[in-house]
Amino acid sequence: MRLLDLQRDFLDFLVDAPSDIAVGGDDGIGLAVYHNAYSAQLVECLKDSYERLWAWLGDEAFETAARRHIAGHPPHSWTLADYGVDFSATVADLYPDDPEVAEIAALDWALRRAFDGPDAPAFDPQQLGAVDWDEAVIAFVPTLTLLSVKTNCALIWNAIAAEEEVPAAEMLPEPGWVRVWRVGLQPHFASIETTEMGAIQLASSGMSFARLCDRLSEEIGIEIAVDAASRYLASWVQDQMIAEIR
Amino acid sequence: MPEETIAPFHGFGLGLRIPHFQNYLTESVPVDFVEIISENFMVAGGRPLHVLDEVRERWPVAMHGVSMSIGSADGVRSDYLERLKALADRVRPLWVSDHLSWSRVGEVNSHDLLPLPFTEEALDTVCANIEHVQNVLERPLVLENPSTYLTFADDQMTEWAFLAEMTKRTGCYLLLDVNNIYVSGTNNGFDPYDYLAGVPAERVRQIHLAGHSQGRGRLIDTHDEPVPDPVWDLFARIYPGLGPVAAMIERDDNIPPLQDLLDELDIARRIAGDVTAAAA
Repeated sequence: MRLLDLQRDFLDFLVDAPSDIAVGGDDGIGLAVYHNAYSAQLVECLKDSYERLWAWLGDEAFETAARRHIAGHPPHSWTLADYGVDFSATVADLYPDDPEVAEIAALDWALRRAFDGPDAPAFDPQQLGAVDWDEAVIAFVPTLTLLSVKTNCALIWNAIAAEEEVPAAEMLPEPGWVRVWRVGLQPHFASIETTEMGAIQLASSGMSFARLCDRLSEEIGIEIAVDAASRYLASWVQDQMIAEIR
Repeated sequence: MPEETIAPFHGFGLGLRIPHFQNYLTESVPVDFVEIISENFMVAGGRPLHVLDEVRERWPVAMHGVSMSIGSADGVRSDYLERLKALADRVRPLWVSDHLSWSRVGEVNSHDLLPLPFTEEALDTVCANIEHVQNVLERPLVLENPSTYLTFADDQMTEWAFLAEMTKRTGCYLLLDVNNIYVSGTNNGFDPYDYLAGVPAERVRQIHLAGHSQGRGRLIDTHDEPVPDPVWDLFARIYPGLGPVAAMIERDDNIPPLQDLLDELDIARRIAGDVTAAAA
């Protein structure tokens, strides 16, 4: 058998096809070792990337979800670290009545990506006085991600991480957002209101901060907008979310 | 390929693993070199690269990969090689190693070290891939013998004959995993001492020492146990016949406190000293 054909057959077998690979000895045990190792490694990979989801679901439910995902998603990337990028969609399908499950998964993944995402020194607050606010454009750190949430997934995640009593899942009074980013070497996240999410998106699009304030004023009125914009800016600087103001 | 050879390095080292990051950052760890899993540091930034930069300031580093798939019939992925080259340029390692195995063809990547048939076609494929990798990396490659759990009906030569011809054709070097020789020998019915006799000793630049587990009908290369006596015995047999090599304990799971691994590394030092003195 040509090497390419052998390797295609071998991968088909691992992903779950019957084998007609001609092995020496032919006791089937060797092939079974590779077959088991393939899925076992991917389960471990998902456990590593989705540690809080694993804790929330428990061993049995997590393993069931992981094996469902593995059956439909053979790895493609050169790195195992990319495996599971779409696991939150799998658990969303498995738990349509428990939206916190997919949201905890999305939070796990965003934090994992932030952990080894690109470096960027944070903006120095002492430089605020030198900024020309008529023209200033804010550039956030490259690890910043926004997640849409409907549940108290952030509280659940924090409680699991702190090994405290974990609250029951609840829907939020209104849909909200979580921002995820890295400060120095440590990933962080914070729950934010929809208006702040909009401001972050506008700033990320390259809009100047002055124009961003105008847009907020049009949407929520000038008095509220001025207060909100200054609060957002202060928290972005304090939280080391800003890489540069140019 | 500007670099045609790899200078030998003599010493005793350990793999850099996450539970021991803090030890390496804050303590004077008595190792001569550190081995990293390349893929763990082929990332954009954050703590892994921060730790690596600090470690690199204090110890020579060997880069050891698990994702090259040197035996793929459709070649080695260029996106992988570009990232590996970037890391090697950053680290300036003793050498870059991976495994004599394959993990992917086409778009599916098993992320496992799958066995190659020892055929002339596989040898041609591996050698062509090695030549390409060496040209891209601008350095010779070091390849490790993997643990295997089966052989193929089409095999035309022994694993050690394959390794010998591979090094002869490409100028690559070898990382000899003594545990893998023992595991594969037990699983596939060859004598590990025949293997040692057939390996081109002058091409060996590194030694891995590890433990394994007993599975159903096969020894499994789990790297989660201390080095067992049969592996120490093989190490004692081969060591005097080698030139200067970098020997290390490889532990990837059930990782104990660093001191336990340092104690195990002292066993390697003691055996190496004893057998070298006896051979002199």
